[in-house]
Amino acid sequence: MLVRLVVASLFGHRARTLLAVAGVAVSAALLLDMVMLSTGMSVSFRSLLLSRGFQLRVAPKGTLPFDTEATIADATATMRVLRESPEIEAVSPVLGGTIHVPTAAGTAASAVALGIEPRWQGDYELVDGREPGEGDIVANDALLVAIGRRLGDTLTIASGYDPQLRRFAGTRRVTISGRAHFVYLSRGQRAVAMPIASLQSLGGAARRDRASLMMIRARPGTDVERVRAWIAERLPRVTAISTETALAQVEERLSYFRQLAFILGSVSLVVGVLLVGTLVTVSVNERIGEFAVLRAIGVAKRTITAQIMAEGAVLMLAGALLGLALGLVTARYLNTILSSFPGLPQSIDFFLFQPRAAWTSLGMLAVAGVLAGAWPAWRGASLPVARTLREEAA
Amino acid sequence: MSEPVLRLEDVERDYMMGSEQVRAVRGVSLTIDAGDYVAVVGPSGCGKSTLLNLLGAIDRPDSGRVLLDGRDVSTVGDREATALRLRRIGFVFQRFHLLAALSARENVELPMAEAGVPSAERRARAAQLLSYVGLAGRERHRPPQLSGGEQQRVAIARALANRPALILADEPTGELDARTGAEVAALFQRLNDDGTTLVVVTHDEELAAAAKRIVHMRDGVVVRDERRGAPPAAGAGR
Repeated sequence: MLVRLVVASLFGHRARTLLAVAGVAVSAALLLDMVMLSTGMSVSFRSLLLSRGFQLRVAPKGTLPFDTEATIADATATMRVLRESPEIEAVSPVLGGTIHVPTAAGTAASAVALGIEPRWQGDYELVDGREPGEGDIVANDALLVAIGRRLGDTLTIASGYDPQLRRFAGTRRVTISGRAHFVYLSRGQRAVAMPIASLQSLGGAARRDRASLMMIRARPGTDVERVRAWIAERLPRVTAISTETALAQVEERLSYFRQLAFILGSVSLVVGVLLVGTLVTVSVNERIGEFAVLRAIGVAKRTITAQIMAEGAVLMLAGALLGLALGLVTARYLNTILSSFPGLPQSIDFFLFQPRAAWTSLGMLAVAGVLAGAWPAWRGASLPVARTLREEAA
Repeated sequence: MSEPVLRLEDVERDYMMGSEQVRAVRGVSLTIDAGDYVAVVGPSGCGKSTLLNLLGAIDRPDSGRVLLDGRDVSTVGDREATALRLRRIGFVFQRFHLLAALSARENVELPMAEAGVPSAERRARAAQLLSYVGLAGRERHRPPQLSGGEQQRVAIARALANRPALILADEPTGELDARTGAEVAALFQRLNDDGTTLVVVTHDEELAAAAKRIVHMRDGVVVRDERRGAPPAAGAGR
C-alpha cells in the first residue's frame, strides 16, 4: 500500500514530478561528469603509459620524455648497458623528428617521424600491413589522406631541413608497409614510424646514434624502483623516470581539475538536495489535510514519514538514472571537444566512465534524496491532528 | 451491566484561536454504551467537534478523563493513541477526506493495510464493505468519479474496515443534499441496527432524529441528554 500511495502521489502531480526528475537529472549528470572528470584523466593517462607494458622511460639528463628536443648521445652504447641488466626484459629506443612528404598537389606535407625498433616498439598499434623493415615506413591515416597515398605505395621522404641552405639533410625512397594508430599523438596529427637507424641516417650527422628516449620493460615481478636506481647509478647522463613518478607529476598538474570537479560536483549534489527538499516540502504543505486525516484514522507517523521520504527517494533515483544517461552523453561530447586540444594524445580521456564512480555518485544522490525528504516528512507526520483538522474545516 | 464503550469524566478542553482562548469543552461527563446511537447537536462553535476529537483520541483533554473500553486514553502516548484509533475507532468526516488518487477499494483497504491485514483478506473485506454500503461494482472508481453521497459511503466503509468498537462521525451529511443525506442517515441506522455503536455530531435534524439518544451542547457544556427509547441491552454492539 505504501508503494501504491507513493506512486499515486507522484502520478497525481505529473508535471511537478517530471520537472523534479528533470531537475535532478541535470544535477545528477553534472555530478557524474565531475566524478568522471576528477578521475578520468589520471586513470586514462596511467592506462596509456602502461598500455604497451613499459614501466620506465629514459630521457636525456634533466628532461622529461619529448619535453625538449634534447637527445641521448651514444644510443647504442646506452642500450648495451641497459640490456646488461638481468631485470630488464626489453629496451625500446625512440628518436623523434619531422619528415616532409611531397603531396599529389605538388606541395609537401610534414609529419611527426618516430624512429623505433620494430620488435619492441611501444608507440603505435598496427592497424593494417606489417612492421617496417629497412626502407619501409608505417603511417597513420591522417598522413595517408594528406598525401593521397595507400598501403604498398613507394614515395620519397626528406628530413633535416636547413632553412639557410634550403635543403634537406637527407632524402630516401620508402615503401608504406603498414597503417598504424599512434597512441601518444593527438587527433589529426600526421605521423610515420620507421626503423630508428633509417631516421638517424635521414637526419644527417646531428642525429647519428641518437635517441630521444628509451622505453624500458622490466621483467615480471621486478621492483621497478630498483631498476630505476640501477640506471641512475650506471648511466649518469640520463634520467630514468618510472610510470608512477610520471603519474605523480601528472596528478599534481591535474589537481586543478580535481578541485574544480569536487566543487562543481558538490554544488550539483546540493542543488539536487535543495530541489527535492523544496518539492517535497511544497507537496507536504499542499497535503497537510490529507496527512491529518490519515493520522486521525490511525495511520502511524512512521508510515507517513516513510511515504514522504520514499517520494523524495523515487524522485532522486529516477532523476539520477536519467542523469546517468544524460551525463554519459554530455561527457562523450565534452570529451570530444577536450580531446581535440592540440598536443594531447588522442587516447587520453578526460571523462572516463568507471562503474564504481557512477554507482557511487548515484548512491550519493539517492541517499541525499532520502535525506532531503526527511525534514518535510517529519513535519508532515508530526502535525497536531486535531488543530489541523479544525483549521482545514475552517 | 457491561463496561461502556466510552466514558468521559469531567472533561475540559481549551484551545487558542489566534490570540483568543476558546473554552471548547467545559466539564463534560458522558457515558456511551455498546450498541448506542448518539447524536451530538448544538449551534456552531458549541464544542461538538472538539468533543468528538476527544472521544476519538485525536485530542487530549486539559483535565478529566476519557475512557475507551475502560482504558484512560487521555494519558496514552501518541503511538498507542494512533493504534487505538486504527483498531477501535472509525472516523467519518464531513468532507469525506478520501485519497483522490486511490480507488474506492484502495481507500477502504488503507486502514487494513496499516493494521497489517494480508492483502487478499483486505481486498475481500473491502469488496464486502463496499457492497454493504451499496457500492458493489464501484470498487475501481476513484473519488472524483463518485458523487458526494457515494464518497461518504466509501468513507463509512473505510471507517468500518478494522471492525471498530465505535464509529465517530463529524457532520456526515453536511456536504450532501437532502436526498443523499437521507440515504446516509439510513445507512447509519442500518449500521446501528447491525450493532455498531455510533456517535454523530450533526446539525441535520433528520439524522439526529434517527439517533437513540441526543446530547445537546451549548458553550462547551452538555445542556440536555435526551434518550429516545430504551438504552441498548447489555452486550449489545459489536
